Amino acid sequence: MRNLFHGLIPICRKEFLHIARDPGTLFFALLIPMLQLFLFGFAVDTNIRQIPTVVFDESRTQDSRQLLQSFSSSDVFKLSSYASSKDEMYEAIRAGKARVGIRIPYDYARHLQDGTTATVLVLVDGSDSTLAGQAVSTATGVTLIESLAKVSPNGKMPIEVRPSVLYNPATRSANFFVPGLIAILLQVMTILLIALSLVRERERGTLEQLTMTPVAPLGLMVGKMIPYGLLAFFELCAILAVMRVVFQVPIHGSVFTLLAMSLPFLLTVLGIGLVISTKAHTQAEAFQLSMGTILPSVFLSGYIFLIDNMPPFFQAISRIIPATYYISVLRGIILRGAGLRELWANAAILTAMGIAAVLLAAWQFVKQRST
Amino acid sequence: MTAAITADHLTIRFGSFTAVADVSFEIAKGEVFGFLGPNGSGKTTIIKALCGLITPSEGTGTILGMDIRKDAAEIKRHVGYMSQKFGLYEDLTVAENIDFYSGVYGIKGQQGLQRKEEVLGLTGIEPYMNRRASQLSGGWKQRLALACAIIHSPEVVFLDEPTAGIDPVARRALWDLLFKLSGQGVTFFVTTHYMDEAERCGRVGYIYLSKLVAIGSVSELQRLPQASPPGTVRIQIGSVNPASLLDAVRAFPGVREATIFGRSIHALVDGDCVSALRARWPDASVQIIDASLEDVFVTLTNGIMGASQ
Repeated sequence: MRNLFHGLIPICRKEFLHIARDPGTLFFALLIPMLQLFLFGFAVDTNIRQIPTVVFDESRTQDSRQLLQSFSSSDVFKLSSYASSKDEMYEAIRAGKARVGIRIPYDYARHLQDGTTATVLVLVDGSDSTLAGQAVSTATGVTLIESLAKVSPNGKMPIEVRPSVLYNPATRSANFFVPGLIAILLQVMTILLIALSLVRERERGTLEQLTMTPVAPLGLMVGKMIPYGLLAFFELCAILAVMRVVFQVPIHGSVFTLLAMSLPFLLTVLGIGLVISTKAHTQAEAFQLSMGTILPSVFLSGYIFLIDNMPPFFQAISRIIPATYYISVLRGIILRGAGLRELWANAAILTAMGIAAVLLAAWQFVKQRST
Repeated sequence: MTAAITADHLTIRFGSFTAVADVSFEIAKGEVFGFLGPNGSGKTTIIKALCGLITPSEGTGTILGMDIRKDAAEIKRHVGYMSQKFGLYEDLTVAENIDFYSGVYGIKGQQGLQRKEEVLGLTGIEPYMNRRASQLSGGWKQRLALACAIIHSPEVVFLDEPTAGIDPVARRALWDLLFKLSGQGVTFFVTTHYMDEAERCGRVGYIYLSKLVAIGSVSELQRLPQASPPGTVRIQIGSVNPASLLDAVRAFPGVREATIFGRSIHALVDGDCVSALRARWPDASVQIIDASLEDVFVTLTNGIMGASQ
């Protein structure tokens, strides 16, 4: 057992020396995820408000102005420009000046007075599907309420919905996105640090020297995982603090459970970094491979898109992406106050993935040194 | 007394490529053995196999009586290795590099301190203890690399082109150090491209196209029949402008090889054409000389290439 990890302590100690000797790298390794957290945390807001809207009002009556007022007060539409012809309205949308166009026909008020159906055209730019969906449903809602008000003169609605949003009552985007962002930032930083550290040794010939010593592959691997794992853990604590203080995202569950269940994820990404380092011959290659892990982790992990809505093939892929499990741990604990009882399976899967990655890296390492 | 290093019909194949073909030799304890051959001829592969990193396809070898197939882990504790890349951590100090390798070999406490003192004294690197490795000159880096390679008092040390890119003064200092250690019983296996270094070695092996072509002391190699074929002599033709003569000498009947050394031409010629050469160039001084080690290797290499064509 001792022989299996031979050399762990000297490697570990040496790695701390490397980190201490290179404060520049350390600074950037810790600072860049923090900068990105601020950048994305403030920029990403999926709640749709104030869509620039162009209006072509042919009716120009009290009734048409009242309808436009209802659109405007929904907070979803911002009546930003007025067109004087149909072509002008289309042009505004094509040019991207407006996302939505509302055309009220000249006979709008007459139809209302006659009790026949008045038609209002709402044009929606579909290039952003989330925005389009929101615009269509709000427009339908606005006109439905207006119609009902016309039908029941006393102004009382037969049914009123009172939605109550659990866990994120203000439906703030930050609450949803920042916990997921933690996984992505932690993953990039950790994979990059450990992969570069090993590939640097390969480039400089010290790895070749180490293979001639009694250092065991697992001693080398785990000896490198400990310092970089500690760095990543420190960064996690800092990110959580910023999330809580700056973005005002409350942590509903136990912080201790959150930190403890982050360890399996760190194990996995460290392992992936090691596997990458056995494949890459230069630091540039290691960098590219590390960056290659970002996109799948962003798009297929449930960070942005709901896994339940994906085609079965991509659902299967999302199940082999470590970030999928960690993001559900983060959101579970931070937003819903879940604990070990609900999330233990995620931690178990991450642990298994991590051990598998480290063993794969060690096996690759042994295979390579004999050529 | 057992040999320090043996190779017994060692053959190593990577797929269809044979990197080492049926190589056998024996190196005695305390010997400084020089190993020569072109790049890619299998020198480093043999070292890796002897250190237990590569399992031979056929044949075997021993280090200090331990089988390279079975005792790889134990062999590593008794073997030192230094390559031309030195394997130093440039951002660590001299002392930290030594401490790291000391830790890797599991040398602890009082024994560790004592051993560190010894290698520092031996290599004379003590004044630079707290300097970063990156700030050392090539020669001092090499000494530090050697200090790290011998920190665990290995009985056998492999040096893979240790003097590539090092100035002559530092090279000589390293060789003095090797002989000092060999006097204490350490066996050295040194690969090099430098003929003057090879000539310092007690015995020399020459590997070409994965095969061990020649092995022996320098004087034994010089007398090898393949290197000095019967009926031939090596001559030196002194001339003011040897370059202008070279083509004519090469074309002269009976001349097998000719190359320029400074102000003279060294040639391997049939014994009976020496007087004809003297008659052809009466102004040049034609003398019979011994074969240099380089002459031997060039002749051996040409012989193999000629045979394979």
